Amino acid sequence: MATNETYNYTVVRQFAIMTIVWGIVGMLVGVFIAAQLAWPALNFDLPWLTFGRLRPLHTNAVIFAFGGCALFATSYYVVQRTCHVRLISDRLAAFTFWGWQLVIVLAAVTLPLGITQSKEYAELEWPVDLLIAVVWISYAIVFFGTIVKRKVQHIYVANWFFGAYIITIAMLHIFNNAVVPVTLLKSYSAYAGVQDAMVQWWYGHNAVGFFLTAAFLGMMYYFIPKQAGRPVYSYRLSIVHFWALIFTYIWAGPHHLHYSALPGWTQSLGMVMSVILLAPSWGGMINGIMTLSGAWHKLRTDPVMRLMIVSVSFYGMSTFEGPMMSIRTVNALSHYTDWTIGHVHSGALGWVALVTMGCMYYLIPRLFGRELYSLKLVELHFWTSTIGIVLYIASMWVSGIMQGLMWRAVNDDGTLTYSFIETVEAMHPFYVIRFLGGALFLAGMLVMTYNLWRTIAGAKPVEAPVLAPSMAH
Amino acid sequence: MDFSTIHSVFTVAVLVIFVGIVLWAYDSRSKARFDAAARIPLDDDDAPPASATPGKEKNNA
Repeated sequence: MATNETYNYTVVRQFAIMTIVWGIVGMLVGVFIAAQLAWPALNFDLPWLTFGRLRPLHTNAVIFAFGGCALFATSYYVVQRTCHVRLISDRLAAFTFWGWQLVIVLAAVTLPLGITQSKEYAELEWPVDLLIAVVWISYAIVFFGTIVKRKVQHIYVANWFFGAYIITIAMLHIFNNAVVPVTLLKSYSAYAGVQDAMVQWWYGHNAVGFFLTAAFLGMMYYFIPKQAGRPVYSYRLSIVHFWALIFTYIWAGPHHLHYSALPGWTQSLGMVMSVILLAPSWGGMINGIMTLSGAWHKLRTDPVMRLMIVSVSFYGMSTFEGPMMSIRTVNALSHYTDWTIGHVHSGALGWVALVTMGCMYYLIPRLFGRELYSLKLVELHFWTSTIGIVLYIASMWVSGIMQGLMWRAVNDDGTLTYSFIETVEAMHPFYVIRFLGGALFLAGMLVMTYNLWRTIAGAKPVEAPVLAPSMAH
Repeated sequence: MDFSTIHSVFTVAVLVIFVGIVLWAYDSRSKARFDAAARIPLDDDDAPPASATPGKEKNNA
């Protein structure tokens, strides 16, 4: 029942390949700055190689370049395959690809030069922010335009998650980057004082909630059922999961501002909403993992499936840890320590990166019409990365809790027990372990790159015909 | 109406909408519809051609 029309796989292929390229770049910078923390001489006394400038380069590269390209690729693939239509505009889709790459290149140039708005995860200065806004609105037009001309009446749940992410990121980006430009490369926030902090963390936490969570859940709801060959465990739960996440996440930001000038009731609200978030998060995790019920043997036989399921398990783990850390008294110990870094990376490496890698193993063979080169190498990748993650987060837990306890320790006469430099010295061995964990994770990424390279070497791009939807829908 | 009244009304409205969504999702009349929706990705065949790389071990990736 094929028609003459084909799916637009070109833009999906472009984004999929850049996912891998930017993944290597972003993780390499991460490993380098981890080494700098263990051995500070590695900044070579060059301003553009200092930790303060390379750290935002790392976060922007892994979140917006690696994660962003993965989300463009998977959302464009999923929306076409589940709606049974080609993207509404090839030119606009191509514009989102080249525009997004330009944003990444501009970030890679401006951040090491020290050009920054000083807002975490929103460091890029106003001209780049304007470009992001234009690309993002084009993305929304392509995605929702494709939904509008769909051939299937029902909009599959993965598209709801992708849609929510596209709308929310547009809103967050535009409001948080409202600035007064002074020169081409310098601006001041439109908000003052604690309002600025609140808007920043409303943005910052929802970047986690919608960019790094809702959108990757969209991946989960499509690629796990496909890889398992079974429908999602409970479609009804996926609907409740979606709305519960949407109604709750947007309130959680104030937990970044405990014990600050932010009014106490706002801090409490953020804390309560963060704890409530455990329910939708775990509902979604259970839905993803239980999709395998009755087919658990696939975890033994299919390493791609294992990558995906372990990623959802890390999602469950970090969404338990997050609400716990948002409780004010726990936060008093954890805030500003390495525990936060460990928490972020259990989500970023364990959930976001692993599910992305699983999806790339699924997607790239289909985009190039080749079978995956080697399942043994996927197995090697899985173990290298998993051991890397465990080393990373375990060392940061120990380092972070130790740091927090040393900071708050006081002598009988009320003076501090430890000087700051003593806490830094105590952290050193854990920084070395973290560097090793990060290096292992990067090594896994390189194994994947080799495997996928061998898969597509010499292959011709696939032109996939648009299939008519099954009559049941 | 002042802001706190608007906020209270909004909070209650959102709660009622959410409870409504849960009841609607778990209503037994919509079961067949959602079961069909869950099959949307599976009823679409996007398997890579197995013949493209001859000699490779068969896998379900």
